[in-house]
Amino acid sequence: MAYIACENLTLGYNGNVIAKHIQFEVNKGNYLCIVGENGAGKSTLIKTLLHLMEPLGGKITIGDGLKPYEIGYLPQQTVVQKDFPASVWEIVLSGTLPKCGVRPFFGKAQKQLAEEHMKSMAVWELRKQCYRNLSGGQQQRVLLARALCATTKVLLLDEPVTGLDPKMAAEFYRIIQQLNADGIAVIMISHDIQAAVRYASHILHVEREASFYGSKEKYLRSSEWKGFQYAGGEVERKELSTIDSTSAKADRGDKNE
Amino acid sequence: MNNIILKLQFYMDYPFVRYALIVGTLIALCSSLLGVTLVLKRFSFIGDGLSHVAFGAMAVATIFKLANDTIFVMPVTIATAVLLLRTGQNTKIKGDAAIAMLSVGSLAIGYLIMNLFSTSANISGDVCSTLFGSTSILTLTKGEVWICVIMSILVVALFCFFYNKIFTVTFDEGFAKATGTNADGYNLLIAVVTAVIIVLAMNLVGSLLISALVIFPALSAMRIIQNFKGVVICSAVISVGCAAVGMLISILFSTPVGSTIVAADIVVFFGSCAIGKIVRR
Repeated sequence: MAYIACENLTLGYNGNVIAKHIQFEVNKGNYLCIVGENGAGKSTLIKTLLHLMEPLGGKITIGDGLKPYEIGYLPQQTVVQKDFPASVWEIVLSGTLPKCGVRPFFGKAQKQLAEEHMKSMAVWELRKQCYRNLSGGQQQRVLLARALCATTKVLLLDEPVTGLDPKMAAEFYRIIQQLNADGIAVIMISHDIQAAVRYASHILHVEREASFYGSKEKYLRSSEWKGFQYAGGEVERKELSTIDSTSAKADRGDKNE
Repeated sequence: MNNIILKLQFYMDYPFVRYALIVGTLIALCSSLLGVTLVLKRFSFIGDGLSHVAFGAMAVATIFKLANDTIFVMPVTIATAVLLLRTGQNTKIKGDAAIAMLSVGSLAIGYLIMNLFSTSANISGDVCSTLFGSTSILTLTKGEVWICVIMSILVVALFCFFYNKIFTVTFDEGFAKATGTNADGYNLLIAVVTAVIIVLAMNLVGSLLISALVIFPALSAMRIIQNFKGVVICSAVISVGCAAVGMLISILFSTPVGSTIVAADIVVFFGSCAIGKIVRR
């Protein structure tokens, strides 16, 4: 059974439909990239997956031992956070809050968990520093450590490389790839289509009427991908051929109707 | 110097002066705790808005000649706070505009009602003391002092108990909600407690100056301290210190209580700006 399975999902606000017929699933070890144009409903889809809003139609099933609020979320930076006086330690520790239950304070187990994930994200040395003084890449690693404190099953990343320079972005993708290799399922919203097709195992291309869901290999032969290429230009077409030849995984999923 | 101490001792013999000092420092403590969250959530103006709503409610209460107007003012203010904080994100009128509208609106309506239906001969005196809290802090009864003490203990206890949750919700509401924290519930709690403190604080500094108690200590602390717990503690210390010093000065030199406290807060704010600049260099 899949961690998350969405059947015939209809998304929207206040009764206005943004996208419909969305169908996909996330299994253990998957790396799903959600792409699509601005306003296609990517953010709405995220909010729906996180139970921040209700779908207008369709069904989301959660299984394989995943509990409803066990998705590690890496949100986009808000204005509030840019000037927030909090130490790295405080922020990462706040990720363990769901594990505290009704207890008001953090226990030893939570502190250990936070320490462990801070070390694995290489932010342990920064723990006393103020979040607002860190570089963009360091901030993302802090938030990643916090998300890992909340779960070690599914990570949901909302345009994580926005505002990072190319070197930092590459470093960030490498970390995510490593986490994915360790068995964590990754769902990533991305504008960076090149990175999406390079790292992902599956692609969900959200569109108003008929979204595409399938393995990366299948996506590279789809009309949605070609549609993106027209906007992209020469360089990307070259990339496409290299990716196409290196990938030889089994096809899963199908184009939705 | 000796002269000043003697004068203070002379005033301390009066119970109403002691009451004023106790209530003043407690209110300063509570408002500074919440202030950190409110400033960081970009709700600095909520204190201002709510206090004006409380002013309007008080004016309405005087028409009906209620013996104790808090019974009316408190629920109205709490309801407004809930409305403002809960629907802040998704309403048709955005957060800051809604607060500005309510604040100015209730100020105007409150003054209008006071003028039309006032029973007292000295309207402008009444209005001035509600807006600037000039005398009411010195006319507290023992019962009011106890209410204030109990409320303050409750606020501090709630804040300590939910400290970690309040931090998580303040820093990142989306993440908190996504991991199953009842963010709306805590926002509601913050709204209610804010309203309670503001109604209590109206006695101290009056409804025009309440914002100062909420925002100045928090902003001062944020200049010099780099972590959340430190900011909360530092802001509480600054706020209590300024309130105490401000009240003592106002007793000694018979200046208006509210404005003296706020003046002390302003001095500390600029002081901590300077310290922050030097430390960071």
